[in-house]
Amino acid sequence: MIEVKNLIKEFEGRIVLNNINAEFEKGKVNMIIGKSGSGKTVLLKCLIGLVQPTSGDILYEKESIIGMKASEMNRLRRDMGMLFQGSALFDSKTVLENVMFPLDMFSRMSRRERRKRAEFCLERVNLAEAHNLYPSEISGGMMKRVAIARAIALNPKYLFCDEPNSGLDPKTSQLIDELIADITAEYGMTTIVISHDMNSVINIGDNIIFLNEGIKEWVGGRDEVMYTTNDKLNDFVFASDLFKKIKEADDAITMRESAKA
Amino acid sequence: MSLTIRSLESVGEYALLMNRVFSVPDRMRVFLKEFSKEVYKLGVNSIWIVSIISFFIGAVTVMQISLSIDSPLLPRFTVGFVSREIILLEFSSTIMCLILAGKVGSNIASEIGSMRITEQIDALEIMGVNSANYLIFPKITAFVVFMPVLVIFSMFVGLMGGYIICLVLGTPSVDTYIYGIQAFFRALFVWNSIAKSMIFGFIIASVSAFYGYNAKGGALEVGQASTNSVVTNSILILAANLLFTQTTMG
Ligand SMILES: Nc1ncnc2c1ncn2[C@@H]1O[C@H](COP(=O)(O)OP(=O)(O)OP(=O)(O)O)[C@@H](O)[C@H]1O
Ligand SMILES: [Mg+2]
Repeated sequence: MIEVKNLIKEFEGRIVLNNINAEFEKGKVNMIIGKSGSGKTVLLKCLIGLVQPTSGDILYEKESIIGMKASEMNRLRRDMGMLFQGSALFDSKTVLENVMFPLDMFSRMSRRERRKRAEFCLERVNLAEAHNLYPSEISGGMMKRVAIARAIALNPKYLFCDEPNSGLDPKTSQLIDELIADITAEYGMTTIVISHDMNSVINIGDNIIFLNEGIKEWVGGRDEVMYTTNDKLNDFVFASDLFKKIKEADDAITMRESAKA
Repeated sequence: MSLTIRSLESVGEYALLMNRVFSVPDRMRVFLKEFSKEVYKLGVNSIWIVSIISFFIGAVTVMQISLSIDSPLLPRFTVGFVSREIILLEFSSTIMCLILAGKVGSNIASEIGSMRITEQIDALEIMGVNSANYLIFPKITAFVVFMPVLVIFSMFVGLMGGYIICLVLGTPSVDTYIYGIQAFFRALFVWNSIAKSMIFGFIIASVSAFYGYNAKGGALEVGQASTNSVVTNSILILAANLLFTQTTMG
């Protein structure tokens, strides 16, 4: 479990995260949603220690990472997997070498075992055929899958995903979402996913945090998110025309039925 | 004033980065693999450009000097002697490194810069890898270690260029030229050149890595970082050359 306590982050006097309190639970897909510029990526970067918060605390299993020694932080980081918005695959390495990289760096396995583990991870993300291609030679959806395979290579306890399905078609996004949800449940990871996409929120969001202008506006489950009375969240959720139309149709049916009754 | 402060800040940041670069690699096996890749990419791949340029500059130097030193008071072997001094002392080290600052420096800056902007460096950091050490240390060591090879290559090919010119033009004669390039030879000069170029190699690799590592923004900024690194490298090499020559020869 990861806990965030009274987290504040300022950039040159401008408050980007304003007193955030949150808990991210183990074995669940925790989602951070919000408009562009609401501070989602900054919050994630604080969590993984790439950005130092101005004040507040971040606890991994009750242990604070603020002011943690670099060597301890590096040890903790071996339990973290991260899926970057642009995949961030190493472009001078092949798909297989990318997935093997964390193993090369940190495992004590033999070369054969490392290779086997990497192949297993690639199979787990349904990508058994692209081993010797370079990142520039595969599609965006495949890159995301390679990045997931690389992130899970060392069996991390924590998985962070920054907009895992941006730039993907709806079908592929759904596959990626399901993959993240399955892996989370399978390995009991604490997974944190940033998303814009209401489809993913409704598909896999176990625990949803809505950020608005640096403030935690709302928190709840995927069943509640559609029926919230919070105006700002409503604005966000029903910004998509499709959702608006579905909601209107839904409301119309409810009205007709209540009229009939 | 603000420019001075900014350069001082950069020097500080550079020092901090180097402090992270020079630590024991996490995995020796991984380091050696990267090291040999870099030897190939930065060193071996530069041999052709070093050869071509050295050959022609060597040839044209001998030609020019042969045309200018045309006094009956000076023996003909002076042509070979002077050409050798120029090639050994300055051309094969300083000028060669200025050229390599363009080729190798921009290569390093743009490679590391594009890794920075596509979050590959963040990806390394989040894995718990010291990205500065992993990315930059093999480049610096590989380039500095391979530098003497390039220098000796350049000296040899440069003198070869002169030899060919003598063969073709016949003046000075090949024998006189060979005599000239051996006359008053001091091995110290060769060592001097090698030492100098290793310092320049360090400057090129570390400064361009610094520019790449601190790149921000997009592809355009990576291009800028790579241009800036070439400019800074050239100035630093020229300054270091003066300083080095003053302290070792003066
Ligand atoms: N390094 C930085 N320096 C200054 N300001 C920053 C920095 N990083 C982020 N910000 C600011 O913090 C705010 C939140 O940015 P953030 O990247 O977290 O947004 P986001 O919610 O992830 O948006 P998106 O959905 O577009 O990715 C933005 O206004 C941004 O300009
Ligand atoms: Mg973002």
